[in-house]
Amino acid sequence: MPKQTFILNGKPVTVNVSDDVRVLWVLRDLLGVTGAKYGCGINVCKACTSHINGKAFNPCSVRVGDLSKDDEVTTIEGLAKTHRGKGLHPMQEAWLELDVAQCGYCQPGQIMAAVALVRKTRREGRRISEKDLDGIRNICRCGTYPRIREAIERGARRM
Amino acid sequence: MSVQEIDGADGIDAIGGIGRRSFVGYVLAGTTLVAAADLTLGAPARAVVPSGPQVAELYDLNDFITDTCRPTANLITITVRTDGTAHFALPRSENGQGIVTSTAMIIAEELDLPVDKVEVTLADARPELLFNQLTGGSTTTTSTYTPIRVAAAVARNALLDAAAVVLGDEAANLVAKGGVIQNRAGDSVTYGELAEAAAVTRPRRSEVTLKDTAAFRVIGTGQGRTDARDAVTGRKTFTTDLEVKGALPTMVCRAPTLNGTPQRLNNKAKILRMPGVKNVAVVDTGVAVRARTFGQCIDAIRAMDVDWNPGPVAGQSDEDIVRELRAAELPMAPVPDNPLAKTVEGDFVFYFRSNSALDTNAAIADVRRDRAEVWSALKTPIAAQAAIAAAVGLPQAAVKVHAVQGGGSFGRRLFFDAALEAAKISKAMGKPVKLMWHRADDARVGRVHPMATSKIRATYLGHQLLAFQQSHTSVETDYRHGLGEMLTAAGASLPAGLGNLGFAEGIFAMTTLLPYDFAVKSQQLVETDERFNTGSMRNIYSPDVRTAGELVIDRLAAATGLSPYEFRRRHLSDERALGVLEAVATAGRWGRAMRPGTAQGIAIHVEYKGATACLVEIDCRPRTTRRKIRAGVGGPRVTRVTFAVDAGLPINPRGLEAQMHGGINDGIAQALTSSMHLRDGHFLEASWDNYFYTRQWNTPPEVQVIVMPPTTGVPGGAGEAGVAASMAAVACAYARATGRMPTHFPINHHDPLRFRPKPFVPPIPPSPVNGLKKTY
Repeated sequence: MPKQTFILNGKPVTVNVSDDVRVLWVLRDLLGVTGAKYGCGINVCKACTSHINGKAFNPCSVRVGDLSKDDEVTTIEGLAKTHRGKGLHPMQEAWLELDVAQCGYCQPGQIMAAVALVRKTRREGRRISEKDLDGIRNICRCGTYPRIREAIERGARRM
Repeated sequence: MSVQEIDGADGIDAIGGIGRRSFVGYVLAGTTLVAAADLTLGAPARAVVPSGPQVAELYDLNDFITDTCRPTANLITITVRTDGTAHFALPRSENGQGIVTSTAMIIAEELDLPVDKVEVTLADARPELLFNQLTGGSTTTTSTYTPIRVAAAVARNALLDAAAVVLGDEAANLVAKGGVIQNRAGDSVTYGELAEAAAVTRPRRSEVTLKDTAAFRVIGTGQGRTDARDAVTGRKTFTTDLEVKGALPTMVCRAPTLNGTPQRLNNKAKILRMPGVKNVAVVDTGVAVRARTFGQCIDAIRAMDVDWNPGPVAGQSDEDIVRELRAAELPMAPVPDNPLAKTVEGDFVFYFRSNSALDTNAAIADVRRDRAEVWSALKTPIAAQAAIAAAVGLPQAAVKVHAVQGGGSFGRRLFFDAALEAAKISKAMGKPVKLMWHRADDARVGRVHPMATSKIRATYLGHQLLAFQQSHTSVETDYRHGLGEMLTAAGASLPAGLGNLGFAEGIFAMTTLLPYDFAVKSQQLVETDERFNTGSMRNIYSPDVRTAGELVIDRLAAATGLSPYEFRRRHLSDERALGVLEAVATAGRWGRAMRPGTAQGIAIHVEYKGATACLVEIDCRPRTTRRKIRAGVGGPRVTRVTFAVDAGLPINPRGLEAQMHGGINDGIAQALTSSMHLRDGHFLEASWDNYFYTRQWNTPPEVQVIVMPPTTGVPGGAGEAGVAASMAAVACAYARATGRMPTHFPINHHDPLRFRPKPFVPPIPPSPVNGLKKTY
């Protein structure tokens, strides 16, 4: 069986599994890293949103064989370490301060999407707009959207 | 319980005028301090069902659940541990509604401990609790508030008694604060140090007086969720995150028609040869596969060649069910015999909606020859335990059922579909399984809010409201979980729907209330057709019943020449409803000038020992409704929501606000965008790109929630309280903005489908492979 190697939350990992297994299952079922959640398996709910080389991606829709050994995958568990300083990432702190989570199931994906969105708007040399917030596709069935919007703006100011 | 009224003067609360009463509890045997309440006696006398007022005014669902829990309150215990923390295993289900946090607050308050020193976990199924382990109807806090306070107060007194010995002082001279007990000389001892000293070897009776609400320091203050840090770091675990030895990923291949059943799997050998696949078994609901990863389960299901028996609604579509409901509708009683009286009428259809949570139906089951163990998010764990025991042929006591926190419920977890199915599969395979429903199954086969029609006739004479008649006709709402245990579950499961119908009528009567001053009010329910997988979706009947009602109230307002707000202000017969109505009208600037194509809408609702009001502004201008949304719907945009909630006694205003946010987004979804289409024997919607729950592009950019100050001293329900008024207000605003009163919900249900239905064979879609092209 093929050996699959990539970098997960700062450390190289290797698993034996066929190329076509999606990264989400490699993370959850084989590596026991469960912060990225399953919500649809077809890249529409965005609950599994994580980062690849600093950008948002959905591991339910990427074959593990398509990762290279230098690809850096970051899940919610590794987010805090990507930020200078101790403790949580500023976006996580904003989430805590505003008590955003209800059931919490979608929230790792929401936070990872929020961080990527802020980075994207920075690259484009602009600030987060209402239109950007409207464009976030991560679903929250508890309906925490008002606090998510507020938390992203607060987290962005500190990133 | 020896309920004693203490001296009148200082027994009156600052709010609500409820006398302080002393309660009895027990210090129970244990190695550290264990305390419990005893509420078996002295339940307040209740009026029998009256003829004048509506049932829900005198005795609502919260009263019912509270009363059924009273005899077993003494089985609920709080333990103080040597590390100074208190532990409580809550016999309820947390799915995001915030009861773990609010329960910790209640204990912290009465026990004089910081909230972070109180650990609340979810109790395993405990059959001895009978009716006292059901989570539903937003009854948790109402039903557990007093027993938990009493148990905490008993613990506090026991700690004070033990401290008196340690400090060589009288208990009356001691002060407990923040988990430390101090005497006047400044000597102190911690709860942790006293935990063993306060323990007893035989139960000891203890009489306690609860803290005066005026002295509350924790209750009524906004607290963040106790699991918030775990949620934002990925440490919070749900069923599918648990590791149970040998419980490999397992999924089920389901029939192409709703509730169809498998005849045979034609290519078992081929499936077993697929990568990662370990076991295959045919069970009553489909063909199960167990593999190394869920991805390999998906591949196996997609490769299965199965012969199916058609399901019970094969060939049927929405219009067939509407026709059936119309045929079942009861005729309205004659209107009052007054030739000058006028009537306004409304006739509405509410289509099927899904209560599928983001965390799909899931369960871990390990069924052995002589015992079984099951993990799942369960709101009726005792009924689940009994059903599983019967299904796998074990005594109930041999089945251990663990309640796991769920990723949302919305009524879905009142049933234990995954837990029962997982147990059957585990038995069939002889292996532990981690069963997860694919989203497509969770959406199509999972439980739905039943389709319903609602007819209303309101009769008036000048400004006098003579009669309000509402006839609600619904596909059967399944209550076969009973009150969460076996006795009533069995009762609700009587043949020919007889038991369930009685249950439905009772729930309807206990939750339906029309707080306007009509001389005659009549609201009735008829249910028909038990072929669908239904259940109590968040707020059960009320979103539909009240949306229909509030639209007709707006018609009455127009007919009598009043604005929707002014009409309600004049005719509301419930003071608290009037309070929230005025609060939203002021904060939301009712009556401000709005552009053509936009409008305000206002609605109120009374339930769960509380009152709610919602004022929305909606934009129905074509440039808004036609905005392009990829793989989603736009439609009208609710631009602003002002919501007020009077919850009687808000325990955690911050959590209450969060629940209202959820209710608002649910109300928007149900009014405007989200429904299931039944076509040719199955529901079409298979994922979030088909089922249009509110998304960021449809959520209001401006939301204000007003939590009213305490009014009654009794904590009302929160989890479902926000839906009805929100849905009704959105519908009313839409009618005013467009000049057309909608007659079906959601309003887009008859529009051309905005998606291409995913195939039914195979029943689940493949996962894409282009994810690296969609990074940002």
